[in-house]
Amino acid sequence: MSERVSPFGFARDFITGWDALATMIVLALLVFFAEASSGLMQPLAELQAMPLSLDPSHLPEYAARTTLRMFAAMALSLAFTFTYATWAAKSEPAGKLLIPLLDILQSVPILGFISITVVFFMSLAPGRVLGAELAAVFAIFTSQAWNMAFSFYQSLRTVPSELREAADSFRLSPWMRFWRLEVPFAAPALVWNMMMSMSGGWFFVVASEAISVGHTSVKLPGVGSYIALAIEQRNLVAIGWAIATMLIVILLYDQLFFRPLVAWVDRFRVEQEPGSRAPQSFILTMLVRSRLIRSFTQLLRTLAQWTNRLAPRVSSTRISHPSRTHRLANTIWLSVIVAVLIVVSWQGARGLVAHTSWSDGLEVIELGAITMLRVFVLIAIASLIWVPVGVWVGLRPKATRIVQPIAQFLAAFPANLLFPVVVFGIVRGNLNPDLWLSPLMILGTQWYILFNVIAGASALPGELRYAAQNLQVRGWLWWRRVGLPGIFPFYVTGAITASGGSWNASIVAELASWGDSKVRAHGLGAYIASATAEGDFHRTVLGVATMSLFVVTINRLFWRPLYYYAERSFRLA
Amino acid sequence: MSAAEPLLQIEQVRKAFPKPDGGELLVLDAVDLELRQGQILGLLGRSGSGKSTLLRLIAGLSSPNAGTLRYLGKPISSPAPGVAMVFQSFALFPWLSVFENVALGLEAQRLPKAEIRQRTLAAIDLIGLDGFESAYPRELSGGMRQRVGFARALVVHPDILLMDEPFSALDVLTAETLRTDFLDLWSEGRMPIKGVILVTHNIEEAVLMCDRILVFGSNPGRVLSEIGVTLPQPRNRLDPAFRALVERIYVEMTARARPGAAGLRPEGLQGLGIGTILPRVSSNLLSGLMEALASEPFDGKADLPEIASRLQMEIDDLFPVAETLQMMRLAEVEGGDIRLLEPGMAFASASVDERKRIFASHLLSYVALAAHIRRILDERASHVAPMSRFSDELQDYMTAQAAEQTLRAVISWGRYAEIFAYDDDSATFSLENPS
Repeated sequence: MSERVSPFGFARDFITGWDALATMIVLALLVFFAEASSGLMQPLAELQAMPLSLDPSHLPEYAARTTLRMFAAMALSLAFTFTYATWAAKSEPAGKLLIPLLDILQSVPILGFISITVVFFMSLAPGRVLGAELAAVFAIFTSQAWNMAFSFYQSLRTVPSELREAADSFRLSPWMRFWRLEVPFAAPALVWNMMMSMSGGWFFVVASEAISVGHTSVKLPGVGSYIALAIEQRNLVAIGWAIATMLIVILLYDQLFFRPLVAWVDRFRVEQEPGSRAPQSFILTMLVRSRLIRSFTQLLRTLAQWTNRLAPRVSSTRISHPSRTHRLANTIWLSVIVAVLIVVSWQGARGLVAHTSWSDGLEVIELGAITMLRVFVLIAIASLIWVPVGVWVGLRPKATRIVQPIAQFLAAFPANLLFPVVVFGIVRGNLNPDLWLSPLMILGTQWYILFNVIAGASALPGELRYAAQNLQVRGWLWWRRVGLPGIFPFYVTGAITASGGSWNASIVAELASWGDSKVRAHGLGAYIASATAEGDFHRTVLGVATMSLFVVTINRLFWRPLYYYAERSFRLA
Repeated sequence: MSAAEPLLQIEQVRKAFPKPDGGELLVLDAVDLELRQGQILGLLGRSGSGKSTLLRLIAGLSSPNAGTLRYLGKPISSPAPGVAMVFQSFALFPWLSVFENVALGLEAQRLPKAEIRQRTLAAIDLIGLDGFESAYPRELSGGMRQRVGFARALVVHPDILLMDEPFSALDVLTAETLRTDFLDLWSEGRMPIKGVILVTHNIEEAVLMCDRILVFGSNPGRVLSEIGVTLPQPRNRLDPAFRALVERIYVEMTARARPGAAGLRPEGLQGLGIGTILPRVSSNLLSGLMEALASEPFDGKADLPEIASRLQMEIDDLFPVAETLQMMRLAEVEGGDIRLLEPGMAFASASVDERKRIFASHLLSYVALAAHIRRILDERASHVAPMSRFSDELQDYMTAQAAEQTLRAVISWGRYAEIFAYDDDSATFSLENPS
């Protein structure tokens, strides 16, 4: 076959249709980035002088800005994942501290966070929009990074020992080992978690664009600010436009970004289940078929090989023993972290004690209990509805193919865009906010229950279903012995995500407004939201800390034991 | 009921599944079958011969497109209470203990608690699971799991026991123990069943256990022949009569295998058009079998059962390899024997490059699809063609799944022979060396 090698490495056609399509998309992306980032260095005053407009013609630009924030946060989350999780996995003492820390961070309500961090970031770039942008990006980052870091850490700890030994025997440098073995091995799980993070992230990007802390009020150009303005001006039509825009944005991001990523990352799966269908993506096909894109990736590959050569080679064959200086550096780093944590929490605690009283403490605990009750009741109601529906759908492959993408889409859709519609109804109908605001908390998160149950039911092996049929197991006995146990581990995963999301959502759901009229439910979320609006730093911190405490406690005492029980007793081998 | 009345009667059963493109995939055609009281009936055939589909029809888990199935004279329309099934993968509920798994069928019948308990314990006892009542399936070995599968089927006191390759997921030793135990219980009449249908692809297993064997052909599944086994139980695998029967069934299966099976069309070797479904057999297996045949003690000619056992292969795995060699005219299969042809002998003793040359020339001469792909690539100015071009073409003749399998097979052979290259990322064939 050697006689047919072309001198240019690729065939004679100068350009193919795929190339034209790829070029167009790349150009569009470039314009999009340039447009979207041009506003960053704008002075803050200018932004306030040029207020947002509810004219729908601005929505494409706003949507672009919102999306860009999202991707900036994703890049930040990836950088955090690669460093933090790697450190935790490679050093045992570091892991002992960093992993529980991650667990706590995961439980901090992100929306309460924004008000605390925004002041800090505004002081970094005083008078510029950049500060507020950074605060928003940081808020989104905190909603994305933790589960990605967890997943990467898990993968690093479970690299098969044969692969690790192979890397050892070829004496790969740590740099090469990271990019050639560890990252590819972790990629499928990481991409899945990125997808979940992005889904959750839309909610927070919308919530974090219109920040007002005490007297400081910033509305960054974006879909979130647009909707906040629409609420102020009681403009239901504008809210409809925003919802439509978001639907399109999420659809595009799914098709252009994640579908190709998931299809591409499938090749890194170490164990291929036979019979399972490889994910397909039109965009990926285009990227791979386009010769221009191919030569571009070839360039990247060359660069990567160059960094491999730059990285120091391993001199000795024994890599397993870390050097003394290495260990010393590790210890110093950890001590610094511990010291900072102690100082910060000491300062925080002192400030809290000085500015709050016992009655404040009792109040937040009482409000926390109310919110907790709300979350549990809502999860129970959502489960009663979605478990039977999910099982019914999951057992029918045709229905699954239709419903599953819709459920995943709804989980990604920022439910807070729909809040004004409900609040409008409550204000108009004079309904009891304690009751009617509650469903908002689970509006966006119930879909996690649905799509996990669908996944569980469709994973039930055919032979088990035949066996039940052959033994004539039907009705309630079927649900008790076959259906419910079969989906239980999947259900628990979905319920944990839904519960965590609902706690976060309580901050925007329990206190809502429509123009000048405010509706307020009793709960910890409303407490944090109003403390933030009033600029009461100490009560905000108290509320956020209490909510974290509630979430951590519930996770440790309820969800985590339930999860391990489900994994142990109900997981199909 | 009278002893003469058959437990199960199947007449002219036909089963087809709809294809996405609107056509239909015929899985079973014109199947007749009768199960009499006190018999073990074996359904023997290669994978894809529709045996398991037939079993599901008998269990009432799906219904035929034509023909009738009668259980004790009554048509089967839904899961019949008198028919219990043992599965290849055991199909135990992982969240139920051994006791709960076995009791499930009785619970479904809404029997009183005391009776459920008494009958469950009796079944567990009978099948040799005492002491494991509270264990969960994950704590048990494969053999013990299948015992639970048997107990679960027997506890409902079925008339007919259906067994879908019940021993094929077990290791050789465990499978043999379980077979012997089952035959002991059966011959002593201690199991509450009147007849058994055993689906298997293992010829020796069928001869060891069954009173009658139906040999199935594939594409579509149909009964090729019926063989009565009159050897007295317990049977001895080394008994010359036993060996002779195994050999006879091998001949039967290879003689009928040529047309139809593995998709090889009956038009004869020359006319193997591109519409032929090719089996996915790696070039390693092909050269492995040729080497084994060429070496001592075979010297180019071997008995199929013998070389199968020597290579520790099941017939399911060996037949496609032998047939591929035959299709490429590297070997010849006849009457249960396989004989290496001249080029095959040359291949076995050749160097790596020489082997590739022989293989390439036979591939291009006798596998029309390989020649077709190469010709298209030669004709095109770019020497590149997407896979979809060929899979669309193949789907005029076969299902999408079969087209995928066929293309994968031809890609693997073509790569080995270096007659073309294939890039999986972009799903394109080319004549280039991979960069």
